[in-house]
Amino acid sequence: MTRIKKAFDRQKAFVAFITCGDPDLETTAACVRAAVAGGADLIELGIPFSDPTAEGPVIQGANLRALTGGTTTDKIFDLVRELRQDVEVPMVFMTYANVVFSYGAERFLSISREIGMDGIILPDLPFEEKEEFLPLCHAYDIALISLIAPTSENRIAMIAREAEGFLYIVSSLGVTGTRSEIKTDLESIVKVVRQNTEIPCAIGFGISTPEQAARMAGIADGAIVGSAIVKLIEKYGKDAPVHVGEYVKRMKEAVTGC
Amino acid sequence: MTNQNGRFGIHGGQYIPETLMNAVIELEEAYNHYKEDAQFNRELTELFNDYAGRPSRLYFARKMTEDLGGAKIYLKREDLNHTGSHKINNVLGQALLAKKMGKTRLIAETGAGQHGVATATAAALLDMECVVFMGEEDTIRQALNVYRMRLLGAEVVSVKTGTGTLKDAVSEAMREWTSRIADTHYCLGSVMGPHPFPTIVRDFQAVISREIKAQLMEKEGRLPDAVIACVGGGSNAMGSFYHFIEDADVKLIGCEAAGRGIDTFETAATVNTGRLGIFHGMKSYFCQDQYGQIAPVYSISAGLDYPGIGPEHAYLHDIGRAEYVPVTDEEAVEAFEYLSRTEGIIPAIESAHAIAHARKIAPVMGKEQIIVITISGRGDKDCAAIARYRGEDIHD
Repeated sequence: MTRIKKAFDRQKAFVAFITCGDPDLETTAACVRAAVAGGADLIELGIPFSDPTAEGPVIQGANLRALTGGTTTDKIFDLVRELRQDVEVPMVFMTYANVVFSYGAERFLSISREIGMDGIILPDLPFEEKEEFLPLCHAYDIALISLIAPTSENRIAMIAREAEGFLYIVSSLGVTGTRSEIKTDLESIVKVVRQNTEIPCAIGFGISTPEQAARMAGIADGAIVGSAIVKLIEKYGKDAPVHVGEYVKRMKEAVTGC
Repeated sequence: MTNQNGRFGIHGGQYIPETLMNAVIELEEAYNHYKEDAQFNRELTELFNDYAGRPSRLYFARKMTEDLGGAKIYLKREDLNHTGSHKINNVLGQALLAKKMGKTRLIAETGAGQHGVATATAAALLDMECVVFMGEEDTIRQALNVYRMRLLGAEVVSVKTGTGTLKDAVSEAMREWTSRIADTHYCLGSVMGPHPFPTIVRDFQAVISREIKAQLMEKEGRLPDAVIACVGGGSNAMGSFYHFIEDADVKLIGCEAAGRGIDTFETAATVNTGRLGIFHGMKSYFCQDQYGQIAPVYSISAGLDYPGIGPEHAYLHDIGRAEYVPVTDEEAVEAFEYLSRTEGIIPAIESAHAIAHARKIAPVMGKEQIIVITISGRGDKDCAAIARYRGEDIHD
């Protein structure tokens, strides 16, 4: 967990999301390394799920391609083992509750620890249900990342007080995917977060341009980008790593300036 | 039967994005308020009786009883409700609740189209906007219902993601709800999803078992020996079972869609082939692979073609209070034809699954015993598909 804290310590952080196995796991590994080389401070590795209800069309497509290609949780564990030979930035899984539950939560989390994962994000596990996995996350020192949404209002303080790793602030209503404009009053949300926790917070959902990333990192401790990267991978396939690296570099520069 | 956060034993819960949490909390608070509200209940009863045509008939199926030669068979005629199925019970309740909450727009998922038609109907009646999500595959096999929804003023969104069936329609409706909450109520069609939906839908559907109990008491002076209903998500079954749960001598039997058989991959029999999981907001049984990927289920019946089952059913299964049996496409189609010819009642292909099981058990039961089968909907919508199944090509 300390590795997550360090990622936000020096400067504003750039968090990159990549769906594992899209178009194949070799490309995922190369994209992760390219993102890290480009300056990504934290990597979110998406474990594909058949029915990703919090995702927009772009990441839905990536999930489908990855699963059709035969990606499994076990193969993703192998990918992480291989990545951890040289990748030192914190990495967290992003997936759905059933992927963890069905694998056997203890088995899933103990392997996650063993292979060097730092945290996990489960968009379908709200505050009220976190006891499902929290004791095991504690046992294996995996940060269970909490999300705060534009509709959280009176729940922000409650969620922030018990948050671990970093807080994922959802920028807008709806599912993941790029947006031309983000209208939520994020300053007010971050203010309440700061009053209730010392852990860093990053804003995600809908961010694609350096300008947006800079604005978000100006409000919070970092910006999270998923769909825009996944789009590049969709477009360039096996040739994506170089494009992902260049994109992350530009985004990181924008974020660092804040 | 529900405890904290809507648990039924280990099942249920609220496994949904944070974005929706305040919406379901608001819904629960509103429901808890209005379910005790005399004015709300008066309005709902008036809609049930004068608009939907309740109480629905409990019909003694004399010819079927004689033909099968065993238990007396009664049919609970939810097919006679306005819009042609039990779905209207839940929809009138939820739409009225949403209206009281100040919502102006209803969204819904639909499989066979019955819930979509019911929602479009309630929206028209209560002056609300309506958008129905329906799997692309289902818009093809239930084209007539798509037209009915549009006729009623609803927008029908064809869902092309995943398998293009009911589960994908639910996913898409959930996605839509996270993007528009303030004016929109998600009118979930079955006893599934996050708390409080399984409880709300059950309570609105419980009118079915309340009526069965009173009607059978009047006709026979006693309780039935068995109540049989088909189960997809499980709303008509939950409604049919609810007031009998405490009557331990009444057998409760849910009929799952086995598709081409529970030993094949082309099945939707969740209790018989699934295992415990977390999906669509609830912990329950789901058809899934070893990595928790939800299985592409199959049934001839679009309304039962769902990889999960409501959490209260999962609980009734766990404690052995209800039994869940598989019924194949072929058995259901035979039962569809059987009831049409024997009683002059064309049941929905969903309901035909319950008929099929009754045909198996009635002959071995005593003549003094009584079975109640819920006919959850009418079968007009299925005629073209059944004709195709039998190799006959008719136009919808």
